Amino acid sequence: MIVGEQKPPREVFDLISIYGGGNVLILGCDSCVSVSLAGGKEEVKEMISALQRICESEGMGWTFTGATVRRQCEKRFHGEVADLIAESDVVVSMGCGVGAQVLAENNRMKNVVPAVNTSNMGAQVKHGVFKEKCVGCGDCTIHLTAGICTLARCAKSLQNGPCGGSIDGKCEVDPDTECAWYQIYEALRQKGQTELMTRVMPPKDWSKSHSRGARTVKKEGNR
Amino acid sequence: MTGSLLKEKLERGEFAVTAEIGPPKSASGEDILARAKMIKGCADAYNITDNQTATVRLSSLAGSVFIMKEGMEPILQMTCRDRNRIALQSDVLGANALGIRNILCLSGDHQCFGNQPDTKNVYDVDSTQEIMIFKRMRDEGTLWSGDRLKVAPDLYLGAVSNPFGDPREMHVMRLRNKVSAGAQFIQTQSVFDLDAFESWVSEVRRDVSLKDVKILAGMLPLRTLKAARYMAESVPGTCVPPEIVRRMAAAPDEEKEGQRIASEILDGIRDMKGVSGVHIMPVNWYSAVRPLLERAGLLTGHSLR
Ligand code: SF4
Ligand code: SF4
Repeated sequence: MIVGEQKPPREVFDLISIYGGGNVLILGCDSCVSVSLAGGKEEVKEMISALQRICESEGMGWTFTGATVRRQCEKRFHGEVADLIAESDVVVSMGCGVGAQVLAENNRMKNVVPAVNTSNMGAQVKHGVFKEKCVGCGDCTIHLTAGICTLARCAKSLQNGPCGGSIDGKCEVDPDTECAWYQIYEALRQKGQTELMTRVMPPKDWSKSHSRGARTVKKEGNR
Repeated sequence: MTGSLLKEKLERGEFAVTAEIGPPKSASGEDILARAKMIKGCADAYNITDNQTATVRLSSLAGSVFIMKEGMEPILQMTCRDRNRIALQSDVLGANALGIRNILCLSGDHQCFGNQPDTKNVYDVDSTQEIMIFKRMRDEGTLWSGDRLKVAPDLYLGAVSNPFGDPREMHVMRLRNKVSAGAQFIQTQSVFDLDAFESWVSEVRRDVSLKDVKILAGMLPLRTLKAARYMAESVPGTCVPPEIVRRMAAAPDEEKEGQRIASEILDGIRDMKGVSGVHIMPVNWYSAVRPLLERAGLLTGHSLR
């Protein structure tokens, strides 16, 4: 899923101020950011109360409406909130960066401000803790590394084994993060396949990655 | 043009000495020359570090050129933290044209440890792939993409390895990858525990694919108790036996004890089977290098360019 983090309400207040406040719609999303506890129904409610408190202390008479859509990244779900959008002066997106952009694209005359910092493509590893798993390189090779992506999970994106710095299986850069190469080694060892680690990976073809700007994926035969 | 004298010496089977010089944060060449002069004549070749600990300093390429003026042979360190394959290949061509033959390929310390923690790292390639690219340039006379070079570079390619990394098998496999990619010499993480190092060397030498690579044992003379404690506790991937910290703590003169410990380690390295040389990292204790090598009988016979 897409993992995001809420911006602090004070920052969101400042972003809304740029566009003068007024009728403010806080629009969350029921998909990824709801699972990653950044922009679902609960977070929309919390954001509204926090913003109301700030407005009170700042003497701002803005009004707030909250809603969520099934998937903010798909225009077809925006119909449900079309009226709310039309009535608002500022739309605060609590979707991910994709949702917020689709919202802005379809409401060119509205001021859309982001209230979520989109962080990564990851998974929940324990309650409320999310870890990045994929950087969308466009050419997946995790079958060689025990299903563990080193581009996303090694701090140096090393492709041919660990750096010298891992300590007790943790990454030298962050003691709360497993060293991806250590995890790969352990997983391969359990399967009796450690020899896979001596397969030298040549320099990667990054042309399928973000390095060429926004990528387009076309599905033949689909409409 | 002269080739690598370090390579010649190692290939003759003679015990080689390399030493590290860290360029200062300075736009003047005088500062690195001052450091270089303190250990001139001590080693066969001198590593010029590449923004070590991710801290911006005078570039390793410029530093290498400065010490060559003193007749010292450089080992140019090149991390792939800061360079994509365009920069790596271009820099190696330039370095070679300036007379630099020895290149040490490394992934580099992570930027979070340095003085630009907000920067974005590159890691287009890792150090193994960096070696592959340079090997192709030298052996096939082409860039990685296949474009032919007018003149191919003459390179002696090195890499680093951590003998104390855990689990050892994983780190030895990583070493195998570097050697099969084309690494000809290896400089190791600093050795403080001779027994652990010896057991690593013999395991490495048992591996047929690793029997010819030249291994230079890293060593770092400890100047103070604080340094010993720091190495033992805070430097990722080093292994300092508690005995060494105890000795430094009990010593009335820390520097003297540091020299004594360094000498014992150097003697052990010099006499160890399967070891081709020593790589000294003086950090800021350049004055320790000459007496240390003298005591070990390793001060003579170094080539000057
Ligand atoms: S290899 Fe590429 S596609 Fe596969 S998980 Fe890693 S970043 Fe994602
Ligand atoms: S410790 Fe492991 S995960 Fe961290 S940078 Fe080194 S190899 Fe990568």
